[in-house]
Amino acid sequence: MLLRYRGGEGMLAWAFHRIAGVAIWAFILLHVLDIWLVSVNPELYEEVLDIYASPIGRVGETLLGAALFYHALNGLRIIIMDFWPATTRYHKQLWYGVWVIFFIIGLPVAWQIMAPAFGMAQPFDFGL
Amino acid sequence: MPTITRAGRARPQGSSFELAVWYLMRLTGLGLFVTALGHFLITHLLSDPSIQDVAWVSERWGSIAWRTVDWLMLTFVTFHAFMGMRVVVHDYTRGALKTVLTMALYLGALVIFALGTMVVATLPFPVA
Repeated sequence: MLLRYRGGEGMLAWAFHRIAGVAIWAFILLHVLDIWLVSVNPELYEEVLDIYASPIGRVGETLLGAALFYHALNGLRIIIMDFWPATTRYHKQLWYGVWVIFFIIGLPVAWQIMAPAFGMAQPFDFGL
Repeated sequence: MPTITRAGRARPQGSSFELAVWYLMRLTGLGLFVTALGHFLITHLLSDPSIQDVAWVSERWGSIAWRTVDWLMLTFVTFHAFMGMRVVVHDYTRGALKTVLTMALYLGALVIFALGTMVVATLPFPVA
C-alpha cells in the first residue's frame, strides 16, 4: 500500500517520521521509568540492564537507534525546508541524502550493537 | 517554475501559543539531535549495556556538567515527545476524546519530567 500510494517520497518521509516518533515516545516512557529505578530500586534497575544487554534487547536497541537516527535526520530535513523554502524543490534529493547518511553511519553502529548477540567481538573498542 | 510547497507542519497562523509550540518543536529537535544522538552513541557505541550498572550511571553522574546535559535532554525530550504526540492525537481525534487525550498527555509529561528530574538531581555522588 505504502509503495503504490501516489504520495511518493514526501508521503513516505512523513509516515516514517510519525511512526518512528511514536515509537521513540513509547521508549522514552520506559527509559525515564527505568532510570528512575536507579534511585528507588537499584537491584531492579540492574535486571532491566541485563535485558538491554540480551540478544532480544540488542535487536530492540538497533531498531530504536534506527528510529531515532531516521527521525533526527529527517527532522533536520524538515527544519531546512521550513526555514529555507527554496530547498523544498529538492525534498526528494534531501530524503535520499537522509538515507545515505543513515546507512553509512548506521550500519557500523548496528554491527557494534548486534555483534555480542552472535557471540562475536565488537568491531570498535574505545576503552570505556 | 513549480510552486514552492511546505515541508513539515505549516507555521500556525493566529495563535501565538501554537506558533511558539511550532518554533519550540524545531528548537528542541535541534537540541535532541545533539543530546539524544550523543546519549545513544555513548551508551551503545563508546560503551555497551553489558558493562553498565548502577555504579556506571553513578560515575557518569559524578559530574554536575553531565547531570546538567542529561537534565537538558530530559527537558527537550519531554516537550518534544509529548507535544509531538499531541500533534498525532489532534490529527486523529475530535471532541471530548481529543480533550481527554490531550490532558492525559500534559499530565504524563509532568510525571515523566518530575521522575527524571528527581533521579538526576538527587542521586548521591559516588563515594570517593
